[in-house]
Amino acid sequence: MSTLTEAPPPLTPTAPEKKPPRKRGRLVPYWLLLPGILWLLVFFALPMIYQASTSVQTGSLEEGYKVTWHFATYWDALSEYYPQFLRSVLYAGSATILCLVLGYPLAYLIAFRAGRWRNLIMILVIAPFFTSFLIRTLAWKTILADGGPVVGALNTLHVLDVTSWLGMTEGDRVLATPLAVVCGLTYNFLPFMVLPLYTSLERIDPRLHEAANDLYAKPATVFRRVTFPLSMPGVVSGTLLTFIPAAGDYVNADLLGSTDTRMVGNVIQTQFLRILDYPTAAALSFILMAAILVMVTVYIRRSGTEDLV
Amino acid sequence: MTNDTSGDVRLSGIAKTYGSFTAVHPLDLTVPQGSFFALLGASGCGKTTTLRMIAGLEEPSAGTVHLGDQDVTALPPYKRPVNTVFQSYALFPHLDIFENVAFGLRRRGIKSVKKQVGDMLDLVQLGEQARKKPHQLSGGQQQRVAVARALINHPKVLLLDEPLGALDLKLRRQMQLELKRIQTEVGITFVHVTHDQEEAMTMADTVAVMNAGRVEQLGSPTDLYENPRTTFVANFLGTSNFIEAEVDTKSGDDIVLKAGGGKLVLPESRCAAATTTGGKVLVGVRPEKISLTHADDAGEIPEGRNRINGRITNSSFIGVSTQYVVDSAVCPDFEVYVQNVDRDTRLEPGADVVLHWSPAHTFGLDAAQDIDAGVEEGAAA
Repeated sequence: MSTLTEAPPPLTPTAPEKKPPRKRGRLVPYWLLLPGILWLLVFFALPMIYQASTSVQTGSLEEGYKVTWHFATYWDALSEYYPQFLRSVLYAGSATILCLVLGYPLAYLIAFRAGRWRNLIMILVIAPFFTSFLIRTLAWKTILADGGPVVGALNTLHVLDVTSWLGMTEGDRVLATPLAVVCGLTYNFLPFMVLPLYTSLERIDPRLHEAANDLYAKPATVFRRVTFPLSMPGVVSGTLLTFIPAAGDYVNADLLGSTDTRMVGNVIQTQFLRILDYPTAAALSFILMAAILVMVTVYIRRSGTEDLV
Repeated sequence: MTNDTSGDVRLSGIAKTYGSFTAVHPLDLTVPQGSFFALLGASGCGKTTTLRMIAGLEEPSAGTVHLGDQDVTALPPYKRPVNTVFQSYALFPHLDIFENVAFGLRRRGIKSVKKQVGDMLDLVQLGEQARKKPHQLSGGQQQRVAVARALINHPKVLLLDEPLGALDLKLRRQMQLELKRIQTEVGITFVHVTHDQEEAMTMADTVAVMNAGRVEQLGSPTDLYENPRTTFVANFLGTSNFIEAEVDTKSGDDIVLKAGGGKLVLPESRCAAATTTGGKVLVGVRPEKISLTHADDAGEIPEGRNRINGRITNSSFIGVSTQYVVDSAVCPDFEVYVQNVDRDTRLEPGADVVLHWSPAHTFGLDAAQDIDAGVEEGAAA
């Protein structure tokens, strides 16, 4: 951002130096910024301020709400709903790891091995976006239905024994269990993992692989010492793009889960739309935002990718 | 050169085809231990493919690669005792200079790399830059890191893939001498791929000129320049003038040829074509071997020299020499370079002149080939 505030170079390098002919050019960066700033002001900053004020109000629907700087709402919300918070982090974290495990080989394949199939596979990755998020999640409801072929197969392969031992499924059901929610989250956010991974893998010069190979690195070592470190920007942005929306998601938990799998997004939704307790809902939103902000900051610091991005 | 053959590179019948396209035709080549060998050719001639087959980065479609007595054809690159300096270097951007250079040592499980890396960085004069990242260095410095990163492993053979291509002319000259110095110092076999004929001639002991997947000619730089055996080599390395001539008689070691109205003499040992009487031969001569005498002084030309009459159509003064283009009956644009020692002011465009040169500087080629082969490629290089 700092470069934008500096004086831009004159439009024509041959411009005479006597009078400042760049007065007009100097304002161009600000004009370019204006639409974005206005948009953010109206649709981001203002709602945020409004929410912040809501979160410290007291009152009721009938009598109206007043700002009373009632910060206790935050504490109450946290102490009452911390299980949902923990669950959100756990589910979103599991989904992110699953996305990484599934998405990395796929992105690697598209970037280095797909050849002429590259575009086709890319389209297949993006294709789910052509249908609504809701419809796709509802489809999963059918896929994971009790007694369906998927559940049947998992049962026969004794996968469900393992997952229920882990506490992720119950009996021979998948639907309405944590596993279903994590699967839904993984499915819905996979493209957000694959695309940044692909972008950063694709930028790696294949000659670096050859150079490492030439310098006595076996294929596995090439991956560990060269490919993976160089794809870190993609790993970081992919995990952020997956984790952040997954942590706030409520659709998957709502459609694929049960009352035992409610995430913080579901609580906020209920508070806002059904119980109509606006201060608690707003406070929960802020707690979620702050928590994600802290986690993301720590994560970026620790992954040390500042000079790679 | 020593009798040690462990650093020999021996290619036997090596070939590479991609589908129906043949990048390298079956090729036999031996690079002796400790030599500086250049593969010279225009882009797409198969020189880089050949190099990559030695490195193991490309699998040959046929033939074998030997390093010394070891058959390495089936070995992956990380098991071959060769290292490559890549075109545009391929330095690891996430590692600093020290770690880039230490990469090969660490992969072979060597723990104490500090001293070796330090010594190597000193050899390439980059001791101060050890903790910088590659993108913080200039092109020339990156190039030296690439050389250091390969050399530190003491490979039997160092492969260089157009290592100087990205540098500007002045730096390239400097690095050519530098690489030559390092090669003499470490005594490792260098195989150098380049499209720059001057680079190949300055640096290499032996040059193989490649064209369309084949080695056209192999020899020392002087040999290639003085005795080209094909028009491609003659045109790719410097400039050549060609006259189509007919074999007239043989006298002793010389062949007498008819061209236009006159006679030309060519030593038989310098003729790469069959010489049956009446057969066609391309007579070649390099522009700097030719002397230019004004037609008025034609009587002063010593006996026994090859002579051609012509008229100057163009002259350009370039400092150390003047380059003339002369129109003659046997060749419409004869190129002549004359050293600027005593300039004859009468030698201007339009002047009638006699071109003459020693028969010893004449070479003969098979007439059944394209006179202009390699002209474009040589000019582009």
